[in-house]
Amino acid sequence: MHKRHVTNKHRFIGFVLIGLLVYILSNTVDEWKSFQGATIAVYVVAIASIILLTGYSGQISLGHGALLAIGAYTAALTQIYLHLPVWICFVAAVLITSLFGAILGLAAARLTGPYLAGTTLALAVGLPSIANQFSFLGGEQGISFDAGWPPLSFGEAFTQYKWFFWITSLTALIMMWWIQNLLRSRYGRTWRAVKTNEVAAELSGIRLARSKVLAFTVSAGIAGMAGALLATTINNVSPSAFPLALSFSLATGAILSGVNTLGGVMIGAVALVAIPEIASLVADRWSGSESVPSLLPDFIVSVLLILTVFLAPKGPIEKFRSRHVK
Amino acid sequence: MLRIENLTVDHGAIRALRGVSFNVEKGQLAAIIGANGAGKTTLLRTLSGLNKASEGQAHWNDHNILHSKPEKLVRHGISHVSEGKSVIPGLTVSENLELGSLWRRNRSESAKSKKEVLELFPRLGERLSQRADSLSGGERQMLALGRSIMSKPELLLLDEPSLGLAPLVIEQIFQAIRDLTTTKGLTVILVEQNAMGALKIADVGIVLNLGSIAATGSAAALKDDPAVRAAYLGF
Amino acid sequence: MFELINTLLIGITAGSIYSLMAISVVLVWRSTRVVNFAAGGLALASSFVGAAILEKTGSFWIALPIAMVAGAVFSAFIEYFFLRPLLKRSGDKGAEIFLPIIATLGLLGIIKTILNYIYGDRVGSLPPPMSDKGFVFSGESIALSPMRLLILGIVLLLMISLTLVFQRTNLGLSLRAASFAPEISRLAGIRVDFIRTVGWAISGGVGATAGILQTTNGSGSVSPESFEFSLLLVFGFVAAVIGGIESLIGAVLGGLTLGIILAIILMYVGGSLVFIAAFLILILVLLLRPHGIIGAKGGRRA
Repeated sequence: MHKRHVTNKHRFIGFVLIGLLVYILSNTVDEWKSFQGATIAVYVVAIASIILLTGYSGQISLGHGALLAIGAYTAALTQIYLHLPVWICFVAAVLITSLFGAILGLAAARLTGPYLAGTTLALAVGLPSIANQFSFLGGEQGISFDAGWPPLSFGEAFTQYKWFFWITSLTALIMMWWIQNLLRSRYGRTWRAVKTNEVAAELSGIRLARSKVLAFTVSAGIAGMAGALLATTINNVSPSAFPLALSFSLATGAILSGVNTLGGVMIGAVALVAIPEIASLVADRWSGSESVPSLLPDFIVSVLLILTVFLAPKGPIEKFRSRHVK
Repeated sequence: MLRIENLTVDHGAIRALRGVSFNVEKGQLAAIIGANGAGKTTLLRTLSGLNKASEGQAHWNDHNILHSKPEKLVRHGISHVSEGKSVIPGLTVSENLELGSLWRRNRSESAKSKKEVLELFPRLGERLSQRADSLSGGERQMLALGRSIMSKPELLLLDEPSLGLAPLVIEQIFQAIRDLTTTKGLTVILVEQNAMGALKIADVGIVLNLGSIAATGSAAALKDDPAVRAAYLGF
Repeated sequence: MFELINTLLIGITAGSIYSLMAISVVLVWRSTRVVNFAAGGLALASSFVGAAILEKTGSFWIALPIAMVAGAVFSAFIEYFFLRPLLKRSGDKGAEIFLPIIATLGLLGIIKTILNYIYGDRVGSLPPPMSDKGFVFSGESIALSPMRLLILGIVLLLMISLTLVFQRTNLGLSLRAASFAPEISRLAGIRVDFIRTVGWAISGGVGATAGILQTTNGSGSVSPESFEFSLLLVFGFVAAVIGGIESLIGAVLGGLTLGIILAIILMYVGGSLVFIAAFLILILVLLLRPHGIIGAKGGRRA
């Protein structure tokens, strides 16, 4: 086996290059594409939070949509009631969601397999509907979140969505840089050890429950940031933005990315945004039935899921690697 | 008879058995002995269809038994009692026994087999409605053997029936195994760590070492062979 | 008082239907260690079959058994063509629980889009075969109607038959043995692969019944995006987990507990808190008993 040695310096250059690419893209694409770019950045962060939890710490969550909701509502409430600057709203979203994740993680650390899947699923279904009960959460209409206009110095032509694209992409890059360093640290190794063999990890002195709760906390914090970014791109936070389908999409994105490696995170994020786009293009040409355009995206995603599970259960990146190593 | 030729089995990159060949005549009790990791369990699992062979042949009554599923081989008279008292804890003693004869789909035949088993192991008869996890180690081994007899086997593959049992109980179990060969004409392959005990009741012995056959012969001869004694019997 | 009794009656009826769905989930988990999200989709598809038969024949009593058979066939089909090859590939260690979950989620998506494509905006109609007007006691009508009685009767009948099959028949013995210890069962001559398919088929039949009863107890019509089916899928699964995911009795207890508590919350607190209440009940039960009400203590995988 021949493995190139990749240092942190190489990775940093990689991140800078991606940033540069986003900058160039943002200057060439239209508003719709900017919006899609921003959405991809949101999904990158959200999917990374699932990969960290499932791929590295071995815990399942079907309820990350609910964590995104907490982040989004926290950001919006911080802005509405405390009138704090946007970046503090982001920090608040991360902190509050982490706190929630820690509490959830305390319960989750005791649960395995189907029990954890059931709990997180119930959370995903239940949490967003709370907003309908309490008026300060805005009910079905939701509450607004305004990340502000681009600075005037950027000029008249600088659009709102380009600004969102910048904010989300920069945040996503910073988050990803931090996550990949975290996963390489002592904590990341501990999580992997626990995932691979709980008994062996415990015998070598790792405190299982603490490690699992920490992973849930960190994952929730990242998901909270993704939620705040999502609120930024859609300007609004309401229960309908966080349906069960969102949680399922994120799990889908994680599987398409390859749930065991952080590196594929772009694949899932791009797929989640590109599939509806491609589907509507295909459906336009195939004007047989009116229902096709609305059904095709779900169908493609579902088929892709099953294909991935069958053909590349460890994810496309691992698949590619193993084929080229042999 | 059981004919095994050049049997080779791989576990991933590890070769567990390499070119093993031997025959066992009908009605014989063959003891397979050897150290941990010699490939004894792998051999049994391959003969009962749980493991896949990489190379070689194995025939039981001129019927090729490799590449068949365990549930199919049971129907050809091959019954495997796997290591560690293979009973199902959540089922009652009676259910564990009946499980063995389900495939025969013949209530009167299986009732007959059940009677035979209870004659062989009267203690099971007292515990028929108890759950199997309430049994002692010896009783569990009896139950596992009993379940196997319920499937009306001609070739019995036994994996370490003495494991973890008290000496008195071991003697009882070994006696029952010997009886099965003598009175019912079963062919038995007995894999054992307890080499001395196994060779005492066996007709022939096969010594496995690191996946290959190190020695074969009559059980009595092996028992007295100084080289075998030194290497495998420990005295 | 009157109101409380009515609430309990509503809760028990809804809960008994969740119990059926939970049993459907439990049966699949026991036979293949897969959390089957496609169960909800199968129930939906079977309900459409039921609606179509009802439209043709006009008889609920022909529609229900045919829908059950359809559910069983769909479910067995999925086990045979999707889950079996998937589990064979990932090795017998069961691999990670995540992959089968994702596969069944994908199947759920495919089933839904196919139904959407076939039926579009049309809905299947499954009106109650008996009066859903409550019996009248001392001038006031209570929540117990002939239809509700019928639902409880069907659920009870199904549960008794399942118990008899599992405890008293050879098939039941094979099903239990294969779920406890597949390898030992194989060695005893049980065709474990076939038995697993049978387990899925029974699960599909039970799920189909749950789907049809949920529809008749609710709006009376099925559509691919039906809210009632999301309820059924989520609460059925939650009930199964509360009950310990392995136990049929647990599934029934879980379903009834969930049904009754949710009915009380719906009546006295507020509709929008029903889902989060389900989550809180689940968390509470699992904190007290991490393996559910009737759960195995760890080593039941044998």
